[in-house]
Amino acid sequence: MTAVAKKKLRVATVSLAGCFGCHMSILDIDERLIELLEHIEFDRSPLTDIKTCGPCDIGIVEGGLCNAENVHVLREFRQNCRILVAMGACAVGGGLPAQRNHLDIRDCLQTVYLTGMGVQRGFIPNDPELPLPLDKVHPLHDVVKIDYFLPGCPPSADAIWKFLTDLLAGRTPSLGHGLLHYD
Amino acid sequence: MSDKLPQPAGLPIFLLDGHEIPFQPGQTVMQAALEAGFYIPHLCFHEEFKPHGSCKVCTVKVNGRTVASCTTAAAADLDVESETSELRDLRKTLVQFLFTEGNHFCPSCEQSGNCKLQAVAYELDVLSAHFNPIFPDRPLDASHPDVLLDFNRCILCELCIRASSEVDGKDVFALAGRGITKHLIVNAESGRLADTKLAVNDKAMSVCPVGVIQRKRRGFAVPIGQRTYDQKPISEVTISRLQGHPIGHAEDQEGDGR
Amino acid sequence: MPEVFSAILVQHEHNPTRLVQILRDVMAAVGELTPKNITAIALGLGLPRARVEGVACFYSFFETEPRGRYRVLFSDSATDRMAGSVQLRQRLLDAFDLKLGEVSRDNLVSIGTTSCTGLCDQGPALLVNGRAIARLTPARIGALSSLIRGGSPVEDWPENLFAIDVHIRRADLLLATPYLPGDLLQAALARGPQGCIDAVRQANLRGRGGAGFTTGQKWQACRDAPGEAHYVVCNADEGEPGTFKDRVLLSDYADQVFEGMTVAGYAIGARQGYLYLRGEYAFLQDHLQAMLQRRRRDHLLGSGILGVDGWDFDIQIHWGAGAYICGEESALIESMEGKRGIPRNRPPYPVTCGYLNQPTVVNNVETLVAAGFIVGQGPEWFGSRGTPRSAGTRLHSVAGDVERPGVYEYPWGVTVRQVLEDAGARLERTQAVQVGGPSGTLLGPSEFGRRIAFEDVPSAGAFMVFDDSRDMVEVIDNFAHFFAHESCGFCTPCRVGTTLIAQMTHHLVQGKGTRRDLKDLSKVALVMKAASHCGLGNTAGNPILQGLQKFRPAFDGKLASTEVLPSFDLDEALAAAREATGREDEDAHFFGEYCAEAANPASALAAHTSRAAPTALSARKSEVP
Ligand SMILES: Cc1cc2nc3c(=O)[nH]c(=O)nc-3n(C[C@H](O)[C@H](O)[C@H](O)COP(=O)(O)O)c2cc1C
Ligand code: SF4
Ligand code: SF4
Ligand code: SF4
Ligand code: FES
Repeated sequence: MTAVAKKKLRVATVSLAGCFGCHMSILDIDERLIELLEHIEFDRSPLTDIKTCGPCDIGIVEGGLCNAENVHVLREFRQNCRILVAMGACAVGGGLPAQRNHLDIRDCLQTVYLTGMGVQRGFIPNDPELPLPLDKVHPLHDVVKIDYFLPGCPPSADAIWKFLTDLLAGRTPSLGHGLLHYD
Repeated sequence: MSDKLPQPAGLPIFLLDGHEIPFQPGQTVMQAALEAGFYIPHLCFHEEFKPHGSCKVCTVKVNGRTVASCTTAAAADLDVESETSELRDLRKTLVQFLFTEGNHFCPSCEQSGNCKLQAVAYELDVLSAHFNPIFPDRPLDASHPDVLLDFNRCILCELCIRASSEVDGKDVFALAGRGITKHLIVNAESGRLADTKLAVNDKAMSVCPVGVIQRKRRGFAVPIGQRTYDQKPISEVTISRLQGHPIGHAEDQEGDGR
Repeated sequence: MPEVFSAILVQHEHNPTRLVQILRDVMAAVGELTPKNITAIALGLGLPRARVEGVACFYSFFETEPRGRYRVLFSDSATDRMAGSVQLRQRLLDAFDLKLGEVSRDNLVSIGTTSCTGLCDQGPALLVNGRAIARLTPARIGALSSLIRGGSPVEDWPENLFAIDVHIRRADLLLATPYLPGDLLQAALARGPQGCIDAVRQANLRGRGGAGFTTGQKWQACRDAPGEAHYVVCNADEGEPGTFKDRVLLSDYADQVFEGMTVAGYAIGARQGYLYLRGEYAFLQDHLQAMLQRRRRDHLLGSGILGVDGWDFDIQIHWGAGAYICGEESALIESMEGKRGIPRNRPPYPVTCGYLNQPTVVNNVETLVAAGFIVGQGPEWFGSRGTPRSAGTRLHSVAGDVERPGVYEYPWGVTVRQVLEDAGARLERTQAVQVGGPSGTLLGPSEFGRRIAFEDVPSAGAFMVFDDSRDMVEVIDNFAHFFAHESCGFCTPCRVGTTLIAQMTHHLVQGKGTRRDLKDLSKVALVMKAASHCGLGNTAGNPILQGLQKFRPAFDGKLASTEVLPSFDLDEALAAAREATGREDEDAHFFGEYCAEAANPASALAAHTSRAAPTALSARKSEVP
């Protein structure tokens, strides 16, 4: 890795309407993680179990927005992170969860909890603890400013590595053929 | 790309980014450029069909004016710019427009890796659709026993329409609506593909640059990651193929254009 | 096949190129193009069904979805809005308890909007079953709703309801020169075909439809082009919002229009001419047909014109059906051939390969009137007005914030200020003039000294005036929606670009615009300008680019404080789930500047909790133990 700042950069990550596949791909960068940890430290992240995001240099968000809580968390990230990265097809474009966008969420809830096959004595959960679903699943840039996009489902470990090393070196991240993938 | 092709003597030439491109009278800028081994991004152009110039991804500057290279006749001494940052940006925005107006769920699309839209987007370094997605409602048509239509991915290039009409003589496809509501329809009062004459061996089955027209029960024959444009960028794939050296799997090349 | 269909098909000789006319006749006969109707028409014409459906879905006036027996369409031009059309529309909607675009339960009525109907000098206006009603007032809306409830056919409604005024405020060469039917034909005969072209060329007449191509050169190219037949087409699509001068020419100067067409036909060697007339001007039908009939009777049309053996020329009216793009000459020709109005690839140009692939001259109504007079009066007469590069006069359709809207004929080179003064605009309160319609030029007060001429501010004939009570962002939003509605959808830049622009201007009007929107607006507008297939897309970004340049404070005033806002209403996005779960707690809402509701969380919550009875879904939920 070239030209790295002395002070460690603080990085937060989160999975919103995602499947943690992108986070698994972060772990897939394997022993390079150790090198990476010489330059960064994690704030809120599934890797640390810190529950709220403090001031950070980089926020990496997996998954799009499918419910109210996703929106709140995304805004918390935007407020706290100098650079916000949308990681993975879901964060970048809504991804697979957005395939529900042509359905009426009322019908979805009704089918799943009331009328679907095998449902007995069902009811639509209305506990205030549960985040309400949005009528459509949205990509992150529909709600906040996103500084960088890292597509892929998930982006490969090599792509994540290339992206982060570029970013840490102060270059505009560039993936190029082979690393740039939407699938 | 190669700029040292043997030049047939006596042919007129024009300049493409400073390279001399020989052409036969009657050829378009696109045709001559591809033949000479120079790739210009394109989506609605297909070498077997008359160009109609709707996607505008092939936009170049000819003597300072922006035009679609696939419909512009080659002429002696034209000065054509293609690989400039201005034109790349313009093409990039157009490709982002196409992603914005449709529903492109690449991870679950059988065409991923063989998709021209995706490959052109890679070529242009498109990282996101940039604009707020429109998320149109475009129901699937699974009525046909052998063919599935997923309109979510349609980029309205009209290749299937042209193929079905000009080659198959069936007129299975047509366009309806206008503006952003323009959409593909099939030739049946029921609106169902099953009630048309489409057959799996039709030319119309093999020209779609994206993944709308899918053969049923043939999914994922080649794993994701090993498909045509996973191997090489579309610029190289296109030129190699036109020079008789196809890259990628035979079944991806079918009907070609991809 | 129903009998009406057979009759219509026979009348059009089962000719597929007549498809647009056939669909129009079927619409008039049965009110709707159902899937069955479309199949029947396709069978009758031997066309693929999908192609007929594609054409039917292209034109706004063809209804493929069920509509009310009375179909009311409010003209949605900026000047209609300024005259109060939105409020009047709401009044009618309320009268029938309808939402825009809805059909009433008894299928009696549906109410929607349509692009500018060309009645801007007497707006607000609407169409009911295709018939225009102008000068709408609350009283007229009241009368209209009673008539609709009464259920009598629109043809039986009182005639005065449909009266269309003609306001000619300034007449010059074209509108004031004395003329008797046949004069210009005699002159043409004396000059001979080439002599006519030479005269038009010497006069330096340039097309009045917008592009300003030299008419003499166009005629010459067409005359010289080989073909089995040559055609003259008079472009009376007049779709540019704010333009109505061709309507006035057709209602009060139809003889001159037809004579100009006949002269053009003589010059290029055509035996057939077509008047492509926008569907909005259906009220001109009887008048024009009678005029054509009279001219045939007087040997000014038909075979043996002026008694000259072999001088045969006739004119047919070809109706448009609600598509601005069909004013573009090659889309117009496609439409005449019974297709979707998609601009062709050029070259070849219509002069060599036009209607039915034959050499065709397409000219604007005013161009043809001017050309006829040039042949009659001579090029010098024409050159007595105008500027070096813009000879003669130009008709302006003046509307908006002026005392005296109407048609003004000025020599080219008139200043914007002069027009404003003559039309009775309050100069000190006028903040903008849109010259040439939305696709033209937006001018601010510092530019009112500029001249309307090809060498300064060219014009396709519209002149919309906005005083300082108008919100220019709303005006530009209106233009943006016009283009999005009228894009033919053929090419990517215009199809998607016009929609994105309309989305963003809508955000701005709602006060939810962001700096990112402004950046994206110019980016999209520039891509459309550079890459679009035809003039519509090339110019659709003009109001944005010029607005941002000249009325930037108006845009800045619309910006929300943050750089990026949700592109959708967050609180609204939870409404469906709230309904399904019956929840109204604090976490079931979003609060803040990006939501439609109040900015104060507490008050917003109060507003929500005081809402009416539980919905069907939550009610059902509570029934389940
Ligand atoms: C979107 C679009 C709409 C147009 N609408 C009209 C129209 O309504 N009337 C017209 O005369 N020309 C219109 N034009 C211009 C025509 O394409 C054509 O230039 C004109 O009819 C030629 O006649 P002229 O030479 O007499 O001006 C339009 C052009 C575009 C691109
Ligand atoms: S992009 Fe793919 S891997 Fe990442 S969260 Fe979405 S579905 Fe999972
Ligand atoms: S289905 Fe495919 S080939 Fe047909 S118009 Fe759509 S993208 Fe083009
Ligand atoms: S610019 Fe617009 S109107 Fe013109 S061809 Fe393209 S989509 Fe159609
Ligand atoms: S490839 Fe030229 S416009 Fe589509």
